[in-house]
Amino acid sequence: MEDAQGGTSDFISIRGIDVVYGEGENEVLAVTEASLTIREGEFVAVVGPSGCGKSSLLKVVSGLHPVRKGSVKVRGEEVVRPVKICGMAFQNATLLPWRTALDNVLLSLEISEDYARDFNRKRREYREMAMELLSIVGLVDFASKFPWELSGGMQQRVSLSRALIHQPRLLLLDEPFGALDAFTREDLWAVLQRLWLELRPTVILVTHDLREAVYLADTVYVFSPRPGRVLSRTEIDIPRPRNLETTFETDFHERVNSLRAQISRPAAV
Amino acid sequence: MKERKNIVIPTTITIGFFVLWEIACRLLHIDVFILPQPSTIVASIWQHGSVIVDHSLQTFMTTMLGFVLAVVVGLLLGMLVGASPAVYNGIYPIMVGLNSIPKVAIVPILVIWFGIGTVPAVLTAFSIAFFPIMVNVATGLVTMEPELKDVLRSLGATKSKILWKVGIPRSMPFFFASLKVAIGMAFIGSVVSETIASNSGIGFLMMTASARFDVPLVFAGLFVIAIMGVGMYEFFAVLEKRVTFWAQRGNELVV
Repeated sequence: MEDAQGGTSDFISIRGIDVVYGEGENEVLAVTEASLTIREGEFVAVVGPSGCGKSSLLKVVSGLHPVRKGSVKVRGEEVVRPVKICGMAFQNATLLPWRTALDNVLLSLEISEDYARDFNRKRREYREMAMELLSIVGLVDFASKFPWELSGGMQQRVSLSRALIHQPRLLLLDEPFGALDAFTREDLWAVLQRLWLELRPTVILVTHDLREAVYLADTVYVFSPRPGRVLSRTEIDIPRPRNLETTFETDFHERVNSLRAQISRPAAV
Repeated sequence: MKERKNIVIPTTITIGFFVLWEIACRLLHIDVFILPQPSTIVASIWQHGSVIVDHSLQTFMTTMLGFVLAVVVGLLLGMLVGASPAVYNGIYPIMVGLNSIPKVAIVPILVIWFGIGTVPAVLTAFSIAFFPIMVNVATGLVTMEPELKDVLRSLGATKSKILWKVGIPRSMPFFFASLKVAIGMAFIGSVVSETIASNSGIGFLMMTASARFDVPLVFAGLFVIAIMGVGMYEFFAVLEKRVTFWAQRGNELVV
């Protein structure tokens, strides 16, 4: 995919990065020699044992943490500061308890420069955008509830909506369903897939749940234990929309098992 | 139903406390000069009514002046200290040092600077009350979840925007909790200053009363201070519940 300047037209291009946390004796090498390329609109899942630097990957792509070595480019530009085109959600929903669900979703628009400028003038329009998102995630009737009145799964739906309301081109998810029970988690896979099919952002999902990765992603990267490096890249060509039935098919199981096999023998690299 | 229960128990205990006090004094024949009975103290309040009202208004006014000053300075300093780790580290030793000085010790200095009267009392009240406010506001700001900060920074939020949209609202429960402590502190400060260097206020009234061995009047002063303290505490407790209801209803209090 060479373009006129001789560069690549890939949306995200990560080349041979090392990521380091801490200083001096406390220095920890979280990621080493990792390279990956992500197309615009691709849904990528990153799996691996805990502490393998999966979350670090999100931090460097968003520009919140620098790389020690190598390069990270988003839309062909080197990332040196927060990229401002991304939405983020974490295992902890981190909603603001003094705001209703609707107002929590609107927070992104109050802060993101492109929207904040017109916030007061377009308040009604923005509210409608937020309500539309809340209806996709199935929370229209809960828009005026406060976070403590919502269940964990509902809070996570609000958190996803907050991450998407400003129509980011890039969605970064750090184990967003990690703290939920199995049933709620599977519900939210469907919700996330629906959001992705409607809005088509590029997604990087960090997870340790292999079924989740296969259900949701176009491409799954397996990371090694720390210091994390890319062990493999697997394309998942199961047709969409996928649903719970999909997860019972042999095809699905084979993929999950082959990923699991790669994680359980890191020494083979 | 639950609300009612919350009132019944404290009222019973409070009344019981005074009844026990009364009975103990009578049964053990304790001299009025040592420990007057509640009924004697109330009689004394009744007898010296207008004088007590005048002096308590003075004390109330100085306390509130010092308290308002403490709220303003405590809030500003707290935001400054909490918003920047550099300021936090730089200013903290001095603040802790100043706070550990007994405030009685600064009254003579204030008298040299400002003379006897209202000003030293206001400043003493202020100097005790502002510290808990500052520390709490700073803590509220410093303890923001790192993930939340990441979410905001990735949206391109400026520092001032983070402070305004999240930091300040988030530190409000800490702020209101500190007001309940600070108002009590402010009363201590103003009364201490009045007992040392003043010619009005409850502290002054108690000093004169004790010089005349009018022990019931001394205790009457204590009663009045306690009543004002409880009243103001309740006021801020109600205000806290109204304003930061979101921090109290959930089973997880924001920490």
